[in-house]
Amino acid sequence: MHARDPRQASLRAALLSAPGLLWVTLFLLLPLVLIVGTSFLSRGDYGQLERPFTLENYQRFAGFGSLGFDPLYPLIIARSLLLGAATTGLCVLAGLPLAFFVAGLPRRLKTPALTLVVIPLWTNLLIRTYAWQILLAPEGWLTRCATALGLLTPGQSLYPGTLAVCVGMVCDFLPFLVLPLYASVEKIEWTLAEAARDLGAGGWATFRHALLPQIRPGLMAGGILTFIPATGQFVVPDLLGGAKTVLLGNVIQQQFGQSHDWPFGSAVAVLSMTVVLAGLWLYARSATQQGEGLFP
Amino acid sequence: MNRLRPKASRWLLGSISGLLGIFLYAPILVVIVFSFNTARHGTGWHGFTWHWYQALWHNPVALAAARNTLILGVVSTLLATFLGTMLGLGLHRAPFPGRAFFSWAILVPVVVPDIVMAVALLLFFALVRGWLGLFALGLGTMIAAHVTFQIPFVALVVRARLAGLDPALHEAARDLGASPAQAFWRITFPLLWPGIMAGAMLAFTLSLDDFVVSFFTAGPGSGTLPILIYSSVKRGITPDINALSSLLVLASLLATVALVLLERNEATLSNRTANA
Repeated sequence: MHARDPRQASLRAALLSAPGLLWVTLFLLLPLVLIVGTSFLSRGDYGQLERPFTLENYQRFAGFGSLGFDPLYPLIIARSLLLGAATTGLCVLAGLPLAFFVAGLPRRLKTPALTLVVIPLWTNLLIRTYAWQILLAPEGWLTRCATALGLLTPGQSLYPGTLAVCVGMVCDFLPFLVLPLYASVEKIEWTLAEAARDLGAGGWATFRHALLPQIRPGLMAGGILTFIPATGQFVVPDLLGGAKTVLLGNVIQQQFGQSHDWPFGSAVAVLSMTVVLAGLWLYARSATQQGEGLFP
Repeated sequence: MNRLRPKASRWLLGSISGLLGIFLYAPILVVIVFSFNTARHGTGWHGFTWHWYQALWHNPVALAAARNTLILGVVSTLLATFLGTMLGLGLHRAPFPGRAFFSWAILVPVVVPDIVMAVALLLFFALVRGWLGLFALGLGTMIAAHVTFQIPFVALVVRARLAGLDPALHEAARDLGASPAQAFWRITFPLLWPGIMAGAMLAFTLSLDDFVVSFFTAGPGSGTLPILIYSSVKRGITPDINALSSLLVLASLLATVALVLLERNEATLSNRTANA
């Protein structure tokens, strides 16, 4: 740009950015700081925030409450991370063939195919999720088929439960994984795979050594885009899980809702956020070390 | 290489992808199909009817929720597009103290789980209300919240568009005697306009689809369609909720089609300029 005076240009740029930055600072960065602060406060008898400052919320979350060790919350953390990992793993298994298929289509079909994969993302997640209540209903034909095939004992149902939550999450987040993965698959140098074949590598060895290293950046970016929303979900387990599928997101919602224990809810929120940011930071660090951008 | 193998594996990839396509679209289709079902309860098909759509017209709660959704979407999109465009321009133009920090900080709403953002805002509004009496929960707080998660997306889209513009165009205008303001409004801004529109469409769709942030920042009487759908589903799925959901899906699809058309138009336009 024509910057006659760099200091003036810098001032202009700062002034242009200021309203937006102020807004984000006031309505996001400040609230996040406040929630960190609140996580060290106590809950009064009527649910109000009170001093003294305490680590009690974090202790309770780690399982050491006033009544001795209780594994309730550590189990919820483990369940959230496991379900997030399972969702990501299943999305990878489903996303790989889909990405390779779209990348192998004739040029004029690629964009329409990719658009078809993305369209569900633009429709409300709430709707896509509750629809699985209908699809997996005890009297629905999916349950009947599973029962007829002997996968379910009669009377057992797919919904509600952990399996239903997993199905809902994979359906909701699969496009997040496919998009960056597709970007990587599209750029694959196929001569490497051919060379591996010529050197006598089998199908799996070719994939593992000639293709996987090439699509790793896309796989990582897609995995992160899937893992983050899956771990922090509260809508999907709320609508598809039973009482046994409480995740971190549901605990936050309960504490800020019915239980009205904001300090404890804040502690859970802070920990969820920390897990996400730590994961991202580790990924960004490893990506810069390998000389790869966050999004390929 | 064996000639049969790639053909067989393409066939396999194709059928897996077809099944995944069914998997991705089944929930959307089932909601639309059941919105035309005569049966009030259960998951069996009992016949076709428009009744549930007609009933929505006479449902004051649904109409109020639709009105709230629209007001929230339009007002927050206008605000966020204005602020986000300025932010994108400012971050692109010249370095200033804190630019690197804020370039990262505006990504926070993109990566933080929405429930964390939602409860942080709920807490913030409650504390400010306690001190200053501001921010009673309602459409106002919801608009503030939506603008917050929309700004970064608009700024990112605008900034990407700016990075793709040829700086020589602006310089040429300046060399031909245009003032900085003239060069901006007559050269840069028209070229930036499709990017701003794309950012606005994205922001509007995000607002339309949001449930979690709205749920925690809503007040009495300011419920949106997603909130209405959630509370109804908690009581049990009914065909009128399916009808309402189908309309919301349709609205999202229309917004997406508009966005895709906008981008395609733009691509042919820039190809033409590049070829000329």
